[in-house]
Amino acid sequence: MGLLTATVLAQAFALVFDPYVLWVILASAIFGLFVGAVPGLTATMATALLVPVTFFMPPVPAIASIVTATAMAIFAGDIPSCLLRMPGTPASAAYTDEAYALTKKGQGELALGSGLWFSVLGGLFGTAVLIAAAPSLAEIALKFSSFEYFWLVVLGLASAVFLALGNPLKGVVSLLVGLLVASVGLDNPAGFPRFTFGNAELAGGLTLIPIMIGMFAVSEILRSVARIEQPWEMAQAKIGNVLHGMWTLTRRYPMQLLRGSVVGTAIGALPGAGADIAAWMSYAISKRFSKEPHKFGTGHIEGIIEAGASNNSALAGAWIPALVFGIPGDSITAIVIGVLYIKGLNPGPTIFMNNAPAIYAVFMVFILANLLMLPLGIAAIRAAKQMLRAPREVLLPVILLFCIVGSFAINNSIFGVVLMLAFGIVGYVMEENGFPIAPAILGMVLGAMLEENFISSMIKADGRVFAFFERPIAGALGVLTIVVFAVPLVRRLTARS
Amino acid sequence: MPGQKFGPAWFPGVIAGGLAICGALLIAAGTRERAPWIAPPEWIHSPRARVGVAALLAGLVLYVLAADAVGFHITGIVLLAVWIRLLGASWRVTLPVALIATLVIHFCFYKLLRVPLPWGVLERWAF
Repeated sequence: MGLLTATVLAQAFALVFDPYVLWVILASAIFGLFVGAVPGLTATMATALLVPVTFFMPPVPAIASIVTATAMAIFAGDIPSCLLRMPGTPASAAYTDEAYALTKKGQGELALGSGLWFSVLGGLFGTAVLIAAAPSLAEIALKFSSFEYFWLVVLGLASAVFLALGNPLKGVVSLLVGLLVASVGLDNPAGFPRFTFGNAELAGGLTLIPIMIGMFAVSEILRSVARIEQPWEMAQAKIGNVLHGMWTLTRRYPMQLLRGSVVGTAIGALPGAGADIAAWMSYAISKRFSKEPHKFGTGHIEGIIEAGASNNSALAGAWIPALVFGIPGDSITAIVIGVLYIKGLNPGPTIFMNNAPAIYAVFMVFILANLLMLPLGIAAIRAAKQMLRAPREVLLPVILLFCIVGSFAINNSIFGVVLMLAFGIVGYVMEENGFPIAPAILGMVLGAMLEENFISSMIKADGRVFAFFERPIAGALGVLTIVVFAVPLVRRLTARS
Repeated sequence: MPGQKFGPAWFPGVIAGGLAICGALLIAAGTRERAPWIAPPEWIHSPRARVGVAALLAGLVLYVLAADAVGFHITGIVLLAVWIRLLGASWRVTLPVALIATLVIHFCFYKLLRVPLPWGVLERWAF
């Protein structure tokens, strides 16, 4: 299985190094850099906006455009952190103050350069882990039955709730809302219409892409318009050779680079948590183990190196569970899974047997995108001032019209626009009140899988709950799930007494 | 479905139960902190932001209601013009951007991607 033969590699190579695919990669890279660099436009939003366009492409360029755009956007999010003290995407928020403090000290070039250099290294590290881990994990997953899948989904949902920042209770509410959305329609084990109110559009279930355009793009536009009075004031930074001194930094902080990449990949691979949480964790870890923790926050490069590598490695890590189990590692891959199904690249352990050339082509795109980040990133840093001068009052409405057409295009139905609007408002209200979005998205994507595997396991086991623990891997996963739920409860109880 | 323990109602039932419990706990926590039931967001004090948010939402509702009858092109140009102008751009910027952006979207989606955007009243002049 997953036999990586020379033929497969040659086929994958031919799929990637096709002029059309290369053009798509270049265009997506520029799009990703712009979206990442403008505060208020995020990497997830870039993905949601790309889906209606990729809808009409063959599988490899469609996936390639998402991979490239997100990698570029997560790096480019560092640019306004340094220049405006505003994160370009939430993944840069952890070290925005630090980067801006460096710029204020006259070291803007260093901050921008390390954002780029360590993004590239982190991204390549995550890609290496993805290429090594996914096929071998798939080999194990081939033996999984509905019991194992049930526990995997429960574990995934649990990690989305517990890794979300803020109140875990609000995370649970968000998750349940997502599961509720997933249960609309005929697509359930009994084939019984639920919550359809006799409406034909609802009987087919709620289409996820317009919902995601609503929750990630429309809600973000609303937030930007609400903050339109906030001026963007650009700090002065002299920009010469941004890669100057990067080799010295790599030699001085190898441990930070490695730790950031490892933590980032792992957080990315855990369902529901992506680049933004990876960056927060890596920044905190960096400070905790630093020899000079007092320098953090005053314009110190160490944390930027670790967290900057971390958020880019998380991107690739998130693809591991997405490809092998169909369980998204972050919000971006939650959208990607839908695209994979549309393109006939159904995620699951057999993907490495049935679609080996396409999957290895995707791996190559990951490497290519991270290498391409170096020259394009330098160009983006030089063009930063022009990009950040893009007038918001023009940009936001145009993006909104694009969202409308994109939501319409998925089913050629105005109902898509209705869904987009409704979930745009829901997403905005949720985030403003501290309810994280990621658990809801995970619930929507995994709801059907959760119910299906639970019901078919129950039928197989004839209603005996204990059967969920009888197979060795299922038993281990089940016990792990119970521990994950029990630890915070026990801690809370002991803390009170 | 009667006689079936894990029928189609079981899963939504569990979700509803969970939401009820979480809702009760959140209300309890809010009461303990004496938090207000509803608090207006900060941007409500800025007229430009207030008008902008209201215009975006109203415009989206209008699109849903009018797009099929009036057509994508007219609705798109009008909405863009109103939105961009209300957010503070001058007419000299607003009108060309509204026109060109709508035409670019028309070209990308209708021509290249073959999305059947409705023509509405312009049906006779469709191109």
